[in-house]
Amino acid sequence: MSYNLKFSRYGERAILIEWPEIIDEKILKDILNFKNSIKNYIIKQKVEIINTYNSILINYNLTIDNINDEISSLKTIYNEQNEVESTNASIWEIPVCYNTDFGQDLEDFSNQKKLSKSEIIELHSNEIYTVYFIGFLPGFLYLGGLHPKLYLDRKSTPNLNIKKGSVAIGGQQTGIYPQNSPGGWHIIGRTPIELFVPSQNPPCFIKAGDKVKFRPIEESEYLDIENRMSKSAYQLKPIKQNA
Amino acid sequence: MLKVLKPGFYSTIQDFGRFGFRNYGVPVSGFMDAYSAQFANLLLGNDMDSALIEMTMIGGEFQFTKPTTMVISGAVMNTKLNNSLVKQNEVIGVEKNDIISFGKTKTGFRTYLAIKDGFKTNEVLESQSQYSPITEFNTISKGDTLEYVSYDSSYNASKASVKFDDSVVLSDILEVYKGPEFNKLSTELKTQLINSELKVSKYNNRMAYQLEPLLKNNLESILTSPVLQGTVQLTPKGNLIVLMRDCQTTGGYPRVLQLTEKSINVLSQKTTGNIINLRLKG
Repeated sequence: MSYNLKFSRYGERAILIEWPEIIDEKILKDILNFKNSIKNYIIKQKVEIINTYNSILINYNLTIDNINDEISSLKTIYNEQNEVESTNASIWEIPVCYNTDFGQDLEDFSNQKKLSKSEIIELHSNEIYTVYFIGFLPGFLYLGGLHPKLYLDRKSTPNLNIKKGSVAIGGQQTGIYPQNSPGGWHIIGRTPIELFVPSQNPPCFIKAGDKVKFRPIEESEYLDIENRMSKSAYQLKPIKQNA
Repeated sequence: MLKVLKPGFYSTIQDFGRFGFRNYGVPVSGFMDAYSAQFANLLLGNDMDSALIEMTMIGGEFQFTKPTTMVISGAVMNTKLNNSLVKQNEVIGVEKNDIISFGKTKTGFRTYLAIKDGFKTNEVLESQSQYSPITEFNTISKGDTLEYVSYDSSYNASKASVKFDDSVVLSDILEVYKGPEFNKLSTELKTQLINSELKVSKYNNRMAYQLEPLLKNNLESILTSPVLQGTVQLTPKGNLIVLMRDCQTTGGYPRVLQLTEKSINVLSQKTTGNIINLRLKG
């Protein structure tokens, strides 16, 4: 499927390519496919290619000499590229402890939504989420696929100190805080998995296009994984590759 | 090594920043005023991205333990080497035990101390730029020691005369391109945005500069999208936010304007209360 894309100059060193402004897995697939084609095309110059729900940003490390030429080359690539069926997407199962110590807002969430804690955990951990992109904070995954029963507006007053690994719901989204940070989402659990390790390159093992599932664990397993992670003796493996 | 006797108000190690990690959500960081920083490196015959110290508003005090050459650039901080005033934008030799101390900026906001071949601090994700939690600390602190390679203090690499363009510190004009959502603005708001005098609010740092006054905005938030250093966002409340070097990689506010590279440097030299004017480019 081919979309009607908008190509535009964004400052002196970047080109922005936009798809229709909706969250849609077909669009994500098209974006990731095009991202790959661009990577194969631009090999001579150092560039950075990032994507969000409906955009690709190509960031050049120097001023672009002839923006119109560059844009018309990109258009040709888009129109002539092959649709790739197989991807290198992986499915990850992230262990989450949903007890009320870690999920400090679980009780309140349960009252507001008139759902029992076990119903919330079940709805949250049954879903397979799609990773659209990483942004906001280093290692913060933008996940699609939250069950509509779990939609809840962000808190009016943000929590100033959300702990690293906190699993949260905000509006129609769910996510994991990769570092201690302020934030307005409702915290329902915590994972011992380090999603972002700056001393590693790449610093993040999950990528756009991957799938994520949450696996409920007891506190004892949480502490065990946390302990092994701190000794670098634990590495999360995908439950499926080339999914 | 260089001993940090006093760090100053907000001093960091910076190079050109992290290129290629934005798809993991990692901010680029790097020199705020890239012109002044690169000018200092140029005079020393360094690589343009050699790591130096960026000082903000009030500079620090440092002691050299080995000879080298240095250049001070950017905002003027009334700098003294062993109690004698020293000039900016020229190569100066320093000896073992020399102490350099910086004062407070009068015009401009950020001053750079560069030395021959740069400071050799830890590299994380291909850059030495400090940004916590990518690097352990956000700033340098009293007692830190910064490694460097000793160098003949009488050596002056810059034979050619290059002149520092002080418009980076003195100019109050920011040149801007239209941003991706510019055309969604009402005609009235477009005119107001381009022609009004704006003031730097007290919310200004390496991440973003907010500008005053509040504008009457008719734009809704957008689907979270890529942003760049120098992107001007307009919030639903009408706040103008200019993203700077440590900005996030994505954002949900309409991106109404984009500063030129030079204008990002110019804004980096501004502080609370300074007046700026926007000028639309092509």
